[in-house]
Amino acid sequence: MKRWLRRYWDLLRKPSVHYSLGFLTLGGFIAGIIFWGGFNTAMEATNTEAFCTSCHEMYANPYQELQGTIHWSNRSGVRATCSDCHVPHEWTHKIARKMEASKEVWGWIFGTIDTEEKYEEKRLELAQREWHRLKANDSLECRNCHEFESMDFTLQEERAAQAHSTALAGGDKTCIDCHKGIAHELPDMAGATLVQ
Amino acid sequence: MKTVILRVTAALAITGLLCLSAISSAQDQRLSPPAPDGLRMGGTLAETMPAPPIAGDPRTVEREVRNYPEQPPVIPHVIRDYQVDRRFNRCLDCHSREDAVEAGAPMVSITHFMDREGQVRAAVTPRRYFCTQCHVPQTDAKPLVESDFWPAEKVIREAIRGDKQ
Ligand code: HEC
Ligand code: HEC
Ligand code: HEC
Ligand code: HEC
Ligand code: HEC
Repeated sequence: MKRWLRRYWDLLRKPSVHYSLGFLTLGGFIAGIIFWGGFNTAMEATNTEAFCTSCHEMYANPYQELQGTIHWSNRSGVRATCSDCHVPHEWTHKIARKMEASKEVWGWIFGTIDTEEKYEEKRLELAQREWHRLKANDSLECRNCHEFESMDFTLQEERAAQAHSTALAGGDKTCIDCHKGIAHELPDMAGATLVQ
Repeated sequence: MKTVILRVTAALAITGLLCLSAISSAQDQRLSPPAPDGLRMGGTLAETMPAPPIAGDPRTVEREVRNYPEQPPVIPHVIRDYQVDRRFNRCLDCHSREDAVEAGAPMVSITHFMDREGQVRAAVTPRRYFCTQCHVPQTDAKPLVESDFWPAEKVIREAIRGDKQ
């Protein structure tokens, strides 16, 4: 066994005989691009609405609830899909969230939330995780689409202009403090620990 | 010979079909007479008419004067997607006793805390929990029928004027 390993190690260490250094570098470079591209493509594939709602758990509740809300249909025809709000854009954050999501695959295999009742029981915990995440990153995902600088208060309704020009402008509060439940139904908030 | 028979049968069949369709359309008339011109004009009873466009919800509306003191005031703001169910009541986010001042909203009045015995409770009672049962947003919809409602003060004013004459 040891000898066998040794042989391969020697082979790996041996300088190349048949291929030029230039070819190897270039080849490695191209292979890298292909691998990187493939990796990102595969990751993008898990960012589509079709993927998110391909499992019953996400189809039955979040997807149904999203339909009919303003992020599903509105006069401008711009739609927010699951990943717009739930997956960070920045690469390192995205990878971190994806690794975390691998854990959720276990939940799927063991049917943690595969019935209406189980989902409802877990809803507060799941929602709270998203609220904490959005609170910590100053509602980054919302701001990817909604830019504070571009908000015209004079065009907003009075209640909105009032809240946005004070608490939001001053930085005391962030979007998710006031806009919980914009895409899904809210759980019983009695036990919530992060109510603005 | 064969073709003649074929043609006669075809002609008979077509006449038969025409008769049938004439009979059935007469029957249609009887089964589905013109609808009475109620709130939705035109069409027959069995016909499904296209729905009239949904009235818009104007983004800036003023609070409306109530026509009588017991009237539930109309809602002067949009309430799209506001959740009101067993788990959560969005309206109370702003209209509850605790939050009204900060939200700049009028607090629900004391009648919302009364149970059917008139006993004032700590929180909004179940019979006043589902707000949109009584309160609806003000829209720019045209009234479907004309209203000849007079608020009390107008009735009184008119009565006094009548007395004077
Ligand atoms: C993919 C882009 C996108 C993302 C991400 C997004 N939104 Fe929106 N949002 C929209 C669009 C488009 C509208 C509808 C604009 C219109 O037509 O009035 C909207 C409307 C809204 C409204 C108005 C609701 C109403 O009834 O008028 C609120 C509030 C809102 N978004 C909050 C949020 C919050 C909070 C987040 C983050 C959790 C978020 N949005 C993330 C695109 C987005
Ligand atoms: C201090 C609380 C507060 C904060 C923070 C806040 N909002 Fe709002 N927002 C409101 C209120 C209140 C309304 C009006 C009522 C409603 O639609 O729920 C509103 C309405 C809106 C509307 C609809 C405007 C209209 O005229 O119809 C949009 C879009 C919106 N908010 C986006 C955001 C985004 C994006 C952020 C974060 C950058 C944010 N809000 C932060 C309180 C807040
Ligand atoms: C406009 C942004 C937005 C979009 C689009 C969106 N979500 Fe959410 N989602 C949220 C927010 C914010 C929460 C935190 C709970 C809340 O406020 O309702 C949440 C919570 C959740 C939860 C936790 C359980 C719950 O009900 O609160 C799940 C699961 C979820 N989303 C899945 C999805 C799926 C699947 C899609 C696509 C079909 C999707 N979301 C689309 C913003 C969004
Ligand atoms: C974001 C905070 C907010 C939410 C949520 C909200 N309101 Fe309001 N509401 C207000 C404000 C602020 C006013 C006062 C508007 C004004 O003065 O022009 C108001 C006014 C009203 C009035 C008029 C009262 C009067 O005396 O004229 C009614 C009725 C009302 N709201 C009902 C509701 C109902 C029902 C809901 C839930 C479907 C709701 N509101 C949700 C903030 C809110
Ligand atoms: C059974 C019918 C009914 C229901 C349900 C109901 N209301 Fe009312 N509401 C009224 C009536 C009637 C009035 C006016 C007379 C009074 O104050 O009782 C009123 C008055 C109000 C006012 C004005 C108070 C003031 O002092 O000017 C507000 C705000 C209001 N309601 C909000 C709500 C909210 C929020 C809910 C849901 C939690 C709700 N209402 C549920 C019937 C109802």
